[in-house]
Amino acid sequence: MNIEQIRKEFPILQQEVNGKPLVYFDNAASTQKPKVVIDRVADYYSNEHSNIHRGVHSLSAAATEEYELARKAVQAHFNAKFDHEIVFNKGTTDGINLVANGFAKSFLKEGDEVIVSELEHHSNIVPWQMACEQTGAKLKVIPITDSGEWIMKEFHNLLSDRTKIIAVNHVSNALGTMNPITDVIEAAHSKGIPVLLDGAQAVPHMAVDVQALDCDFYVMSGHKLFGPTGVGVLYGKEEWLNKLPPYQGGGDMIKTVSFEKTTYNELPFKFEAGTPNIAGVIGLKTAIDYVNEIGLGAISDYEQELLEYGTEKLSQIEGLKIYGTAKNKASVISFLLDGIHPYDAGTILDKLGIAVRTGHHCTQPVMTRFGIPGTVRASFAFYNTKEEIDALYEGLLRVKKMFS
Amino acid sequence: MMSINERQDELIEEFSMFDDWMEKYEYIIDMGKDVIGLTEELKSDDYLVRGCQSRVWLIPAQENGILQFQADSDAIITKGIVGMVVRVLNNSSADEILKSDLYFVDKIGLKEHLSPTRSNGLVSMIKKIKTYALAYSAKAI
Ligand SMILES: Cc1ncc(COP(=O)(O)O)c(C=O)c1O
Repeated sequence: MNIEQIRKEFPILQQEVNGKPLVYFDNAASTQKPKVVIDRVADYYSNEHSNIHRGVHSLSAAATEEYELARKAVQAHFNAKFDHEIVFNKGTTDGINLVANGFAKSFLKEGDEVIVSELEHHSNIVPWQMACEQTGAKLKVIPITDSGEWIMKEFHNLLSDRTKIIAVNHVSNALGTMNPITDVIEAAHSKGIPVLLDGAQAVPHMAVDVQALDCDFYVMSGHKLFGPTGVGVLYGKEEWLNKLPPYQGGGDMIKTVSFEKTTYNELPFKFEAGTPNIAGVIGLKTAIDYVNEIGLGAISDYEQELLEYGTEKLSQIEGLKIYGTAKNKASVISFLLDGIHPYDAGTILDKLGIAVRTGHHCTQPVMTRFGIPGTVRASFAFYNTKEEIDALYEGLLRVKKMFS
Repeated sequence: MMSINERQDELIEEFSMFDDWMEKYEYIIDMGKDVIGLTEELKSDDYLVRGCQSRVWLIPAQENGILQFQADSDAIITKGIVGMVVRVLNNSSADEILKSDLYFVDKIGLKEHLSPTRSNGLVSMIKKIKTYALAYSAKAI
């Protein structure tokens, strides 16, 4: 992997912020876009745009073909069995809401239980809470250890005949923990319980094979995979997507409409009401192609190297405490420095051109668990370098001095 | 007694000594450390101005038509800025506060902290101060 070359392919990385070269360490919130993706979206709008699945004219047919090619690319990337198991939507949040809504409508009733974990992003808590409120089902939570890992014994205790679905993250956005999802899926399936995986933080870092995982649902966001914003993917096993009721009504998701009765379209269109984010979907395909050209294996190896280097380097700073110390982690370092408020640290780092995320990272229960207001989070992508980690290290020494 | 604008101009003058952001922030941090904070008891939800990133507590008081605020924050930079806002607005009448325009934040180069997207509680705090002022001036009538 030639990092120097790769960095040149990301226009935004060339800029300065506050007079300093940008060090972009907020990749867990959203990743930057390579020029090929930006160009693909611009080119689509410049030369190819038209609505899909509707016109007989050439532009519409071509756009439809590109859109459906993207579906095939996503299917191949995640190794789904069928392309109609790939539903395009707005992103992770949208995908979870679709499934939670469907479960509330068709499968959950009073006394049933839904299992999530203490490590979830709010997007994988709130939709289930809403589903529970509507149905009288109960939310059960897998607790975590001090290192930020699920307590598996507790998980097994939570499993019961009342459990209707387990919805957990593959990789934690707040702490970086790579969760033991295969164990969860195996235990769940032995009781016939479906599993939804929130893959938002996993897909940028590793190859995901939904058939090997045997998960029932997998959701992700394009913008965290170097693709456009406002586009994402819901993978669902055919049998589950067939069982779930439609989420939104509208054009494209219907077969026939009359005022007496409407029949729904087949998969995946049943879940794609209205004109979708066509440019986003096409841009996402380019992003996936781009990532695969570099290779997720190489990406993962390099990011682990950055993680190791960063963890070691930051640990040298006296008074710095890392939150999330699981053995298996994605390239995310969440930390606090000597009682310095994350807002203060983040403000000074920003002045130094270093973009980190500060706060609770939409995971308030994790912060409550550790009794802290939030953390500073540095999350690395394959275009980051050890020199940038050195800059963060120097920046933190400066922060420490300013607030001591 | 100085007016709100005189106090703002005084702050702008103080900041004009600094030519780089480091010194400026060091000064704010020092002011943040100097602000006499609230006791833990007073940092209750009753006085909390919600911000997502840092939190601000604000306690109003009024004597003979003159308003006094005490404020605190869990982040030092926010606390320093909050301290300046209070320094500028305290010892004024409700009417003066309602009419005031806090131009000093912009003038000393801290405008970014007043952006609502920063969610540091500062914007909400200033709104809250004006709400209190409005309530006090209504009572006065
Ligand atoms: C683990 C996890 N789940 C869900 C989300 C929500 O993703 P989106 O806002 O793209 O829908 C995020 C994004 O921060 C995340 O990290």
